[in-house]
Amino acid sequence: MIRLHHYELSAECYKVRLLLSMLGLAHETVQVDMYPGAAHLSDSYRRLSPLGRLPVVEDGDLVLDDANAILVHLAASHDPGGTWFARAPGQIAQWLGYGAALAASLGAARLMDCFDTGMDSAPLIARALPILDALDRHLWLEAAEGHFYLCGTGPTIADIACFADTVLAEEAGVALRRYPAVRRWHDRVRMIPGFIVMPGVFPR
Amino acid sequence: MLASCIMTRGNDPFIDEQNDPVLLDQWHVVASIAELRRGPVRTILLGRRLTVAIRQDQPVAHHADGAAAATMLHLEYVWVCLGQKPARLFDIPELAEPERRVVHAGSFGVRTSPPRAIENFLDLGHFPYVHKDFLGLEPHTEVPPYRVSTEQDGQELFARDCRFFQPRSAANASEGFIVEYVYRVPHPLCAVLYKLNPLDRDRQDVIALFCQPVGPEQVRAHMLVSLLDDTSDDAELIGFQQLIFAQDKPILENQVPLRLPLSPGAEVPVRADAMSVAYRRYLAALGLRHGVIAA
Ligand SMILES: [Fe+2]
Repeated sequence: MIRLHHYELSAECYKVRLLLSMLGLAHETVQVDMYPGAAHLSDSYRRLSPLGRLPVVEDGDLVLDDANAILVHLAASHDPGGTWFARAPGQIAQWLGYGAALAASLGAARLMDCFDTGMDSAPLIARALPILDALDRHLWLEAAEGHFYLCGTGPTIADIACFADTVLAEEAGVALRRYPAVRRWHDRVRMIPGFIVMPGVFPR
Repeated sequence: MLASCIMTRGNDPFIDEQNDPVLLDQWHVVASIAELRRGPVRTILLGRRLTVAIRQDQPVAHHADGAAAATMLHLEYVWVCLGQKPARLFDIPELAEPERRVVHAGSFGVRTSPPRAIENFLDLGHFPYVHKDFLGLEPHTEVPPYRVSTEQDGQELFARDCRFFQPRSAANASEGFIVEYVYRVPHPLCAVLYKLNPLDRDRQDVIALFCQPVGPEQVRAHMLVSLLDDTSDDAELIGFQQLIFAQDKPILENQVPLRLPLSPGAEVPVRADAMSVAYRRYLAALGLRHGVIAA
């Protein structure tokens, strides 16, 4: 069975929980006390992920410690319909990269504030805003063409990769008022069958 | 353009709130011992920058100019008092009982006033909505009457005989049941919850929230849990409490106003919430000015 090692408040882990739920995949979960326990840096956890990264998915002999890699693996190996990745791999991979950049900026700023690290998140926010601008512009243009997801007319892992950190943007101190197309797209993601929430994310 | 979409943080012009004599003379948690084991912590208390550390088993705290602040080690935390006449610091004697695990469940930054964070912690009415499927479930929304009293010369506030149906009251709860609660407010910005254990219903779990007043609209919330649970590991215990707290966080950060109004009738709760009214009255009687809208 697929085993997910995760932390409840991590948006990276939420991406994987979302896809597992949307694909209806049975799995077991192991909670990792990332904060305050720093259990992801323990010797036992580093046997799974040498860099101490979350989430980790074990699927048979395969061990992956990167949210994008896990999304690609689950979509490629466990989606009989083949709609979540194979339709437009190049385009989807590009948005997976944007999702990773959002995690490193907006997502990192959110955790900095949430765990009250005393560090200044403003430089991270400054890096996130152009990505949000690009996302909003793309979604606006696509919606005008009748494409209501990031890559076409149906949901793909690109949507999941960019949804988690942007829907939690207010927890990083970024109001979404300026990004109306992003907000409308959030509502569409909320309607995908199997959608689940995490703290800070509200159902439709 | 950058400034317009970044929400304002609790950077406050009302400097006298940061010199509230009630809070200056109180002890406040500034860091957990667990966090300090990994190194010194830089934090803010009532607008003042502090560096906190443990040296040779003794807690030390310094202001930005190098001046030392009074410190105390108590209940897994370092506490600091900035005033000249430190108030008596409360204890939670139950934590010393045998077989108890006492776990620091994290320190969280929340953009709200410290009294709002405590008021939310004391409120049973929001459980079915904010903590749906865990601490409450519709249609079990009614809060039965409970007893409220002040003790210790008005220094402590209690709510007893609180009862509420909870589908999943703790990490080790396997079924819903009517949970009995006692709330204790032994300090204007600290609250302790005694809650019936889901397996051994004669004994109580203890959950405490210590709010460090960073400023009138910014809190550092320290959570301590002490549970009688030998099946869940620390990650599961901590994960459960953090999940509940993280569900409250966006609610707290979007409350209007962020400061707690103390005048009677300023916010008439939909459900008669006796503890919320009593907490506001208790703060007004203490003369608190920080993070509130005075009556
Ligand atoms: Fe709550």
